[in-house]
Parts: sequence; C-alpha cells; structure tokens
Amino acid sequence: MTHLKIDVHHVTRIEGHGNIIVNAKDGAIEEVRWEVPEAPRFFEAMMRGLHYHDVNYVSPRICGICSLAHNTASIEATEAAFGIQPSEQTLLLRKLLFHAETLQSHVLHSCFLVAPDLLNVGSVIPLAESHTEVVVRALRLKKFSNDLADVIVGRKTHPLTTVTGGFTKFPDESALKSVRPRLLEAIEDLDRMVELFKSLEMPDFVRETEYIALKRPDEYAFIGGDIASTDTGSTPPENYLEITNEYCVPHSTAKFTRHNRDSYMVGAIARYNLNHSQLLPKAAETAAQLGLTAPCHNPFMNTVVQLVECVHAAEDALAILDHFIARGVKNEKPIEKVQAGRGVGVVEAPRGLLIHDYTFDEKGYLVEANCVIPTNQNHMNIQKDFEALLPGIVNRPEGEVKLLLEMLVRAYDPCVSCSTH
Amino acid sequence: MKPKVAFFDFTSCEGCQLEVLNFEQEVLQLLNLLEIVNFRELMTERSDDYDIAIIDGAISTDADVARIKEIRERASILITIGACSSLGGVNCLKNAYPMEEVLSVVYGDAAGYYNTIPARPVSAVVPVDYALPQCPVNKAEFLEVVKALLLGKKPEIPNYPVCAECKMAENACVFDLGRTCLGPVTRAGCNALCVTWGRHCWGCRGLVDDPNVDAATDVLKEHGLTAEDIVNKFRIYTAWTGGSE
Repeated sequence: MTHLKIDVHHVTRIEGHGNIIVNAKDGAIEEVRWEVPEAPRFFEAMMRGLHYHDVNYVSPRICGICSLAHNTASIEATEAAFGIQPSEQTLLLRKLLFHAETLQSHVLHSCFLVAPDLLNVGSVIPLAESHTEVVVRALRLKKFSNDLADVIVGRKTHPLTTVTGGFTKFPDESALKSVRPRLLEAIEDLDRMVELFKSLEMPDFVRETEYIALKRPDEYAFIGGDIASTDTGSTPPENYLEITNEYCVPHSTAKFTRHNRDSYMVGAIARYNLNHSQLLPKAAETAAQLGLTAPCHNPFMNTVVQLVECVHAAEDALAILDHFIARGVKNEKPIEKVQAGRGVGVVEAPRGLLIHDYTFDEKGYLVEANCVIPTNQNHMNIQKDFEALLPGIVNRPEGEVKLLLEMLVRAYDPCVSCSTH
Repeated sequence: MKPKVAFFDFTSCEGCQLEVLNFEQEVLQLLNLLEIVNFRELMTERSDDYDIAIIDGAISTDADVARIKEIRERASILITIGACSSLGGVNCLKNAYPMEEVLSVVYGDAAGYYNTIPARPVSAVVPVDYALPQCPVNKAEFLEVVKALLLGKKPEIPNYPVCAECKMAENACVFDLGRTCLGPVTRAGCNALCVTWGRHCWGCRGLVDDPNVDAATDVLKEHGLTAEDIVNKFRIYTAWTGGSE
C-alpha cells in the first residue's frame, strides 16, 4: 500500500502563513486541504472610534506589500461617505501610484517568489550567482517602482502624502523628470523579463471558474468602476455584499467567499478575462507573444498575466508622467468635508478586488468597518483547484506532488496576512 | 564563518520583511557578509541553526508566545524590527476592547473557532537585544545595526526626540500650523519623515526613554503642553502599557 502524506506547515515564498494538507492511500484521496493559520489582527474591530485621517493611516497596515491599494480603497470609501469628489489631478496621481505598486508587487512575485520554482532552485539567492543579470534587472525594476511611488508619497510602504480629499505634498518638476529616464529603462527591463518568461514553461492545468474584477467603460480598471463577474455581469460597488458572501471555516482565520459557484477567482487572470480588450497596445502585443488568449482558465498563468499588466502599467505610467511634466503638478489643498454616512471604496490591488466599507459619525469618527481582501476571495478557489489538480498527479512521487501544489498556491500570489487582517 | 541569520514573522503586515527585501542592491552585498538560513517569505530552505534572529510582528496568540520562546532559546542575538515587534504596533489598538468583543465584531457567530490574546511587543514575552521600531522598519538604520553587529560593535539607537531631526530638516513646526504632533516625545532616527511629507508624527518609533526628561521640552513649553498631554492624544503606537520582560 502506498501512502501519500503531505503536511506543508507554512508554505514558503508567499506573503503570510498557509498550510497544505494531503492524505491519499493507493491513489485514493482521503483529504486535501488549504489551511490559513495566520494570526488575525482585527482591523475592523480596532479601527472603530478612530478619526478618518487615522483610519486612512492605519488601514494600509493591513498589508505591507499593497499598502497603497489599501490606502486608496480607504480614502475612496471615506470620500464616498462624505460626498467628496476628488480633483482630476488627484485621480491621475492615484492612478500613477497604482501603476508603481502593481509593478513593484508583480515583479516581486514573478521574479522572487515564482521564478525559483521554474528554474529549479529554492530561492532567488542562488540565482544571484547563476542568473545574475535576471536578478539585477528584477532588483532594478523593483527599486524603480518603489522610487516612483516615493516621489509622490514619500514612502512606498505605508504612504505619507495621501489623504481623504487629495495630497499633503506634491512632487516638483525636477523629481518627475528624474524618474522619466528610469521609467524608459524599466520598460526595456520588462521586455527582457518577458523574453525570459517566454522560455519558461508553466504547468498545464485548466479549471474554469467564476472570475470577478472591476470594470470601467474607459480603461482597464484599477480604481473604481463596477464589480463584474464572468458569470453574472456587472453590479455597482455598493452591492458588493451580494457578490462576496463571506463565511467562516474553522481551519482558516481568513474568511472565505462564494458567489455564483462554490468559489471564484480574483486577480490578474480575472482582470484579464474581463478587461483584456482594454489593455494598451504594447501590453496586448506582449500577451500575444506570451501565448495568452482570453479567456484564460489556467491559474498557473496568473504570473504571466501579471507580466502583461506590468507592461500595461509602465506604458500608462509614462503617459501620465509626461502629462505632469508638460503641465506641472498644481499645489491643491485637500478637499475637506465631513458628514455622517457610509461609503464603499473599490480598487484592484495587485492580487485582485479589494473593498473597504466604512460608516462614520457626523464628526468623522469610524463607527463600523468591513474590508474584503483579494486573497480572502481566492482561498476557496485554491481549495477547488487542489481538488481538481490532485487526482491527475496523485500517483507521482511525493516531492513532485508537493511542489506542484505549492506552485499552485504561489501562482495566486496570496497575501495571507492581508486576507486575515 | 559567516554568522547565520534567520527572519521570523509574527502578527504583522509583513511590510518590514518587504522593506528588507527592498534593499535591492545592498541585499547582494549583505549576502557576502552573512548567511540567511531562514526567511520564509523569500526562500524554501529552512534551518533551526542560527546565531541572529530578526523578528517582525507582534505577539497576539498563544501559539505566538510558544514560538517566540523557542526562537529566543536558539538565538544568541534577537533583534526586533518595526513597530509591531518592538512596540506592539497598531495591533495593540484592539487591546482597548475585551477579546470576546473583537472576535465577535470580526467573526460573528464563528468567533469560537479562533484564539487571540491582547497584542504585545516581543519584549513583553522574551528579552530583546536590540529593538528597531518604526512603521515600517527604517532600512538605513537596520543596515547600520547589522553592520555594527558584524563588526562586533554595539549599535547606537537615538534617545533624543524627533523635534531635533525635524529642525534639521527645516520643517515648519506642526504645532505652529495649529495641529498636534508626537514629535517632542518620540525617539528620533527617522529624519522626521512624516512631517517632511506634510503630516505629523504618530510616534511609530516609540517614546524616548523618559518622556519627562528626554522630550523636546522647549517645543512643549512654547506651546504650553506637557509630555503627558500629547502622549494621551495618540494611541496608535502607544497602546501597549504592559512593560517588558
């Protein structure tokens, strides 16, 4: 009798803590489970009573990787509650910041967390010797995307200048001009990264699921828009509870979600499946070069779609940067207005749909909060992928099965501590 | 032999580990000087044989308590990076409520599935050799401390207030702008980053050793305030009052 027993206690090279449990005897699967033992921080409970400026400051601490996405969702929710319509310049600066964060996060994921598996090593550390150029390029891209954000927000991780109603400080022309040549260099670096990934093969596995992402009529959505499902179409963000339907399971401190099926997927693949026709020209061309066609039902391809999004983000960032270099950035005072009420902010964090929902009292103190995190929404889809993938590989050597399941988890780019918050 | 270094994360956003990865070019140089044997967010290999343990995140579950004690036994030097591991961080905001309440606000009827204890800094559970608070950790300071340790020197962590650095940065005083700021009582070392970017100090580096003595008394006096007055206005990083081991 052969007994396959896998117990990966804390999967490596992902953000946060997750376990993989498998038990199979003679090819018959007895148990396969994705567990989330992350220590919860209780943001929704502990932010109650904070002034809205402090809510906007504390809530990015839900996630160190996508703090800008949380900060933006938090600010957008606050502005919706107070009835503030931010200026065009504010919206454009936020979009530029999002591109910086998307680049930073996707490069971290694809080069540092995923590439080692595809190149048969345990981490990026040995790659520093064997693939020096790849590592140096990835570090340069990451540094650039951090520096691009720093110019606007002072500090990429837990930004400083972003507030409800606008910004507290603005980049001057010389700072913007100084990042432009580096953005051009980043675009070239991305081209080479695309070349590298063209030569790497992703595991072949297909499972169609429901895909959910923001959708806007005017562009590939990262901030605002309606919540769209490949199964059921679009719905306004205020109705997000009809989509997310959060519930608890004992083996996960993160909540799970379901909508039209047992599970759904958010993130780069979901955005691509819903919005691929809105990719900018070079990004669309990159998708074609990488052999991507919509719809994509292979979760391992999430990393490849992220690369396409990097190209899109860099392309759009250049247009925005040039706009500001040509017209300058005005010193606008943040719009101040406070009223009692509820507001919902929706953004596409690098890992997918992110929702902050706040209720404030008439003085702007938080009464109630609810945050739905991208990885929350993916946990059950990871489980369903496990259940679909395992039967086809259960008779392979244990090491191989373990690696494939770990690679599947990593493909989702999970942000586990964020999902538990 | 290169010293063996292990990174461990507890209750946090993992932003501090990310900041360490954000060293970019310096990471490659550091790798020549020390051997990273455990860093779950970065590498698959892991070993329990290490000299220096670098901790981020607060202690907030029974399992956290057991795990940090085990790490302390193995490490000869234990460093906490960031506000969560060094001060308890934003996690301690929940301590204002009974644990049953925060569990039921977040998990409703399913609250019984989960365990949580009031959040606390690592130093409340085991002795800490060097604490580098700041949210997120200050990369430059971290690098300086690692360099000092490699050279066998004792790292220096400032015990003067942020106001000193803020004046050097030629910022307008937040109090003069009619707002309140924790700079007069907060440990310097950040170059007054938040004020420089148009905000106030939230105190993420913790208080100076004795706020009544080491604070920027001139700034406080000028605005008719005491250290206590302003500390009580901010609770984001000062919610842990349980002291240390």
